[in-house]
Amino acid sequence: MLRYIARRLLDILPVLLGISLLVFLFLQLIPGNPAVVLLGPRATPEQIANLQEQLGLNRPLPLQYLSFLGKLIRFDLGRSIISGIPITQEISTRWPATFELSVAAMLVAIVLGVPAGILAAVKKNGWLDNIAMSASLLGVSMPVYWLGLLLVYLFAVNLRWLPPSGRLGVGVNFQPLTGFYVLDALLQFNFPALTDILAHLILPALTVGTIPLAIIARITRSAMLEVLSQDYIRTARAKGLLERWVISKHALKNALLPVVTIIGLQFGTLLGGAILTETIFSWPGIGSWIYEGILARDYPVVQGGVVFVALVFVLINLLVDISYAFLDPRIQYK
Amino acid sequence: MDTLSTSPFVRESSLQKAKRRFLRSISARIGLILTIALVLLALLAPVLRPFDPATARDFAARLSPPSAVHWFGTDGLGRDMLSLVWYGIRISLLISVVSVGLGLIVGTLLGLVAGYFRGWLETTISWFTDILLAFPSILLAIAVATVMGPSLQSVMIAVGVVQIPIFIRLTRSMVLSLREQGFVQTVRAFGAKPWRIIFLHILPASLAPLVLQATLSIGTATLEAAGLGFLGLGAKPPTPELGTMLSDSFTNGYALSAPWTILLPGLMITLIVLAFNLLGDGLRDSLDPRAS
Repeated sequence: MLRYIARRLLDILPVLLGISLLVFLFLQLIPGNPAVVLLGPRATPEQIANLQEQLGLNRPLPLQYLSFLGKLIRFDLGRSIISGIPITQEISTRWPATFELSVAAMLVAIVLGVPAGILAAVKKNGWLDNIAMSASLLGVSMPVYWLGLLLVYLFAVNLRWLPPSGRLGVGVNFQPLTGFYVLDALLQFNFPALTDILAHLILPALTVGTIPLAIIARITRSAMLEVLSQDYIRTARAKGLLERWVISKHALKNALLPVVTIIGLQFGTLLGGAILTETIFSWPGIGSWIYEGILARDYPVVQGGVVFVALVFVLINLLVDISYAFLDPRIQYK
Repeated sequence: MDTLSTSPFVRESSLQKAKRRFLRSISARIGLILTIALVLLALLAPVLRPFDPATARDFAARLSPPSAVHWFGTDGLGRDMLSLVWYGIRISLLISVVSVGLGLIVGTLLGLVAGYFRGWLETTISWFTDILLAFPSILLAIAVATVMGPSLQSVMIAVGVVQIPIFIRLTRSMVLSLREQGFVQTVRAFGAKPWRIIFLHILPASLAPLVLQATLSIGTATLEAAGLGFLGLGAKPPTPELGTMLSDSFTNGYALSAPWTILLPGLMITLIVLAFNLLGDGLRDSLDPRAS
């Protein structure tokens, strides 16, 4: 097992190097002098010359890359042009919001998606199966930010049941501790704040959870159908076991591997920040921060955001790979 | 002909079987009809649209709700929403087809080279593929579009770059199995040059899965292109691109006070993606029934 993990870790090293190279080239490829790009259009020639000297932009490109790599290893991603705040500080402030939203969205996706997939498989080709699979096809075909806007229009503007944006209502008495608002409110037994935080979480979580929900439902259905056609299921039924037992104890357990895989991969995607959905809901996470960076042409923010999201994505994929070996001992490194 | 095709003594070709399976599937038929309808709408946009989105602006009627004159209302510049969205289908389909074409050509070429020649070429191309796949697709598209600046061409290239690794992986895996098969070994034994083997023997045998992947990719490309438009990295307003229309309405603050400005563009993006997803699913089920 340890050997497997070590080999997988070694495998991702070249990919990580490649990511760092691409991200380094990102700033180099933007038309114009990188110092001007970093300082913005109002920079004076002296400022540009100073920054070029300071960042070593006069040195050969390979040396610049090595220096960038050194900084990256020390988690030094530079500063935002607009706010002047170090990128790593911004990431650590915004990360809890994205994490909380991702967990909530995955909860929505798992709680609705897995049962929908099981039901669709058990009632194959019935009306329940048709409805579930049509809904899931619609879910993956829809631009989620558009769905988010429609949900806001319906539930926040028209019905006024839920707040349209943000993480916390104005005037709510709440002091964040860790940045994970739900956890903080629970730790402080602050139930009025908890209610408000959960109300703010519902619409973004539903929106962000739509695609994982649709994908999980489809994968669960096909994995269950595969397992339900196996001989041991026929044996279990022939023994006279209740159908409920056959489904939950015999079929579901063996259908779980692909479902767990897809849950892990989807979670990895969400942790990178749902750029478009966070923007719609003014959710102060990594995604909306990258969007603000794009709008303001704050390239270090975009660069820092891209490298962070790619790293999270690679690490989650690695964890999913390693979890295979735990879930199915037959899997070995080839 | 019917008697012949149902006769047990006449063997049906695999293409005929696939066609029969395709036409039997309701969802595949819906996908095909929707796709044809959308392509026709896109082609006929300059002739049939009620107003010209480039010139017909009625500032007095800006943001007016649906009416007898403007069936789906007007946008912030007083342009007819129906005409805008009609043109939007044309632009969105163009972006998707061009970007998937780009991904298909570059990805297939690299996949053929990696799978056939193997060695350091395969290692390098696989490394490049792994790196591109390490980024969530929308993020990679954002990075490329940011470098190139907002324009229609940069969206096409950005979305195309996202498609490249998908086609490399698919082609490489097919070539790896095809190069060991008898018909390829035979032409190689007769002294055929590598490029001849690749383009005349391996590529034609790989076409069906590539066409299938391209169909499915048009759906995701449409979503990614609209996403870039929404982020302000796509075609610049007033170009009637569907994602840009949503962005225009959202950033100018009338998405919620004038919901008709977001309803039709979003619905049309969904319809385009749905059409190609249904068509792709139908093709997959008919070409490889085990996959379903």
